[in-house]
Amino acid sequence: MKPAIELVNVSKIYRRYGGRQFSTLKSALLQRSILRDLHPSETFPALTDVSFTVPRGSTYGVIGRNGSGKSTALKLVAGITKPTAGTVSVQGRISALIELGAGFHPEISGRENVFINGIMLGLTKHEIHDRFEEIVDFAELREFIDAPVKTYSSGMYMRLGFAVAIHVNPDVLLVDEVLAVGDEGFTHKCLDKFAEFKRSNKTILLVTHSLNLVERFCDEAFWLDAGRGMKHGDPKRVVGAYLTKVEEGEERLLATTTAKAVEEASRPGPADASGGQPQPAEQPLDPTSDMSQATEGRWGSREVEITDVTLLDRESQVSFVFHSGDPITIRLKVRATQPTADFVFGIGLFNADGVCCYGTNTYLEEMNPAGLTGDAEASFVIDSLDLVEGTYKLDVAVHKIDGFPYDYHRLLYTFRVKSRLHDVGIYRPRHRWAFSPNVTFKPDMDRS
Amino acid sequence: MFDNLTRLLRYRGLIQSLVARDLKARYRGSVLGFLWTFVNPVLLLLVYSFVFTTVMPNNVEGVQPYALFMFCGILPWNWFSSSLAESAGSLIAGGNLIKKVLFPAEILPIVSVLANMVNFLLGLLILVPGLIYFHRLHVSANLLWFPVAVVIQLVFTTGLALILAALTVHFRDIRDLLSNVLMLWFFATPIIYPWFQENVKKFRVLFNVNPFTHLAVSYQEILFYGPVGHWKWLLALGAGSVGLFLAGYWLFDRLRDSFAEAV
Repeated sequence: MKPAIELVNVSKIYRRYGGRQFSTLKSALLQRSILRDLHPSETFPALTDVSFTVPRGSTYGVIGRNGSGKSTALKLVAGITKPTAGTVSVQGRISALIELGAGFHPEISGRENVFINGIMLGLTKHEIHDRFEEIVDFAELREFIDAPVKTYSSGMYMRLGFAVAIHVNPDVLLVDEVLAVGDEGFTHKCLDKFAEFKRSNKTILLVTHSLNLVERFCDEAFWLDAGRGMKHGDPKRVVGAYLTKVEEGEERLLATTTAKAVEEASRPGPADASGGQPQPAEQPLDPTSDMSQATEGRWGSREVEITDVTLLDRESQVSFVFHSGDPITIRLKVRATQPTADFVFGIGLFNADGVCCYGTNTYLEEMNPAGLTGDAEASFVIDSLDLVEGTYKLDVAVHKIDGFPYDYHRLLYTFRVKSRLHDVGIYRPRHRWAFSPNVTFKPDMDRS
Repeated sequence: MFDNLTRLLRYRGLIQSLVARDLKARYRGSVLGFLWTFVNPVLLLLVYSFVFTTVMPNNVEGVQPYALFMFCGILPWNWFSSSLAESAGSLIAGGNLIKKVLFPAEILPIVSVLANMVNFLLGLLILVPGLIYFHRLHVSANLLWFPVAVVIQLVFTTGLALILAALTVHFRDIRDLLSNVLMLWFFATPIIYPWFQENVKKFRVLFNVNPFTHLAVSYQEILFYGPVGHWKWLLALGAGSVGLFLAGYWLFDRLRDSFAEAV
């Protein structure tokens, strides 16, 4: 049996019919070169040599970053655009949920729009007539079906579009990120409808950013990046590989953010212009002060200078993205211009709202300084980073016991904590649940 | 190309509903609603009557009442010019459909032409009683030419509409250019002046080059002043229109793949 959808070495190059035609209509006409002038001036490869096969009756998820070519792939399958190279073959009737309610006319009623939209999607008048009640009920628009569509809210509009498209009864359903069309109840109804499609052995091609949905719902997944197929196969593995790649990207981004923040804060600004005089300890290390107003900065006399701050992961590799529960080491490299016995190392952890998650220093922990000379290192080791998902910022400082700052880095270092759970708050205590034997759970969470 | 033409037949249900929707939506929300289809030509007729009987009376023999004579040419001209103006922008206006739904794009200009044709036919409901009242309509075999003229105009207009729709996607300036060209074209066609006036005859060669001359003159002969002496020209235009339609469809088909990207 032929697969439902087959793409073989497909490339799609978008052409930009550059801005020149604006002035060249006249010359194009004069030189009779209209067709030649329509040749593109610039090209942009949206897909490069992509191949995948969707067997009949399976649900196939396509994931990838924005602009990775997912929607282009879907449009090629739908036949809306043609591939530049390679072949696309689809068996059976297609319905594409690419843009819901495309082609609704605002001035006419929902009822008339259902008919026209249905015909556009390939139904006959008779078929629409038979399914009309079902469509209206699905869209939950019984009271408003005779009102002009321009009076609908965007949710109503989308629901009606979705209801029509899903009742086309296709063999192949193409879905482009349209599940966010209604409230919770409607989303569930859509998922139920998909499950029904699946049971009746229809093929679904799903393009989405909801990795959760892909893992739960798809038989196979395909990951596109910058127009190239990266990996396909088991959804969990593909999603995992994709997430790793996303983390790498985030990591790079956080690295540059941090590097920039440090560089900017270290540049001698107008406040420092007074001959490098140490500023007063205007901001003592007080983790309870209102940090939501605080801005990044660096100050201090630099008698002891923090030359480098790095976050290390389990393998002692520099990292900016950590998983909740991972170990993390904050390593400070410092340089004392002259030996001193009056020093305190401190750190403060803040979440994106500026709430202090934790703050401490060596003095608070009753460590009595004895000596610091030359180049030295101080590491703050957390065995298990029990924070919920989010972006966190770091304060690090070296100062005198009375609070006079040697070198204070405020919010210069950013890192991200990732988690597969969407629990809330700041701190995730180590925990487990215990139940009496008459409380039971299914082995796998599946809401559909 | 011919595959696509036959595919168009399968979409006739859609074309039909879209034409109906166009006509319905046009006057939706106005008090008179669909009546505007009739009120518009009546008002136009009254304005022309006033201008050409009171302000600058035209007493040329054989074309009285003058307003009714002009009306025989203006109704088909309005069909022609509105069709072209609307189809030129039709692909851009329907960009959402072209980009998001699998949908033969040529339906959009065709729907514009057909919706305006329906308006034209409804306009006849005003024109014909007027002709009967002034005893200008001669019921004879001549009237059989009328459907022929309509079909030829349909093919001619559709051919041109396809070309304009396809090119406007790439050259947006066509839309603005078109309104001016149509204005010029209107005055260059014997619609508000009769074909057989002496000073028109002098430029007959030029008039013969203008395809719409033959349609306008044919309509005037069929509906207004009797023997259809222009039928040879009309049939020649018919043959040319088929050629134009095929050329237009070919061009449209060639540029088809660029629409979803360029709209």
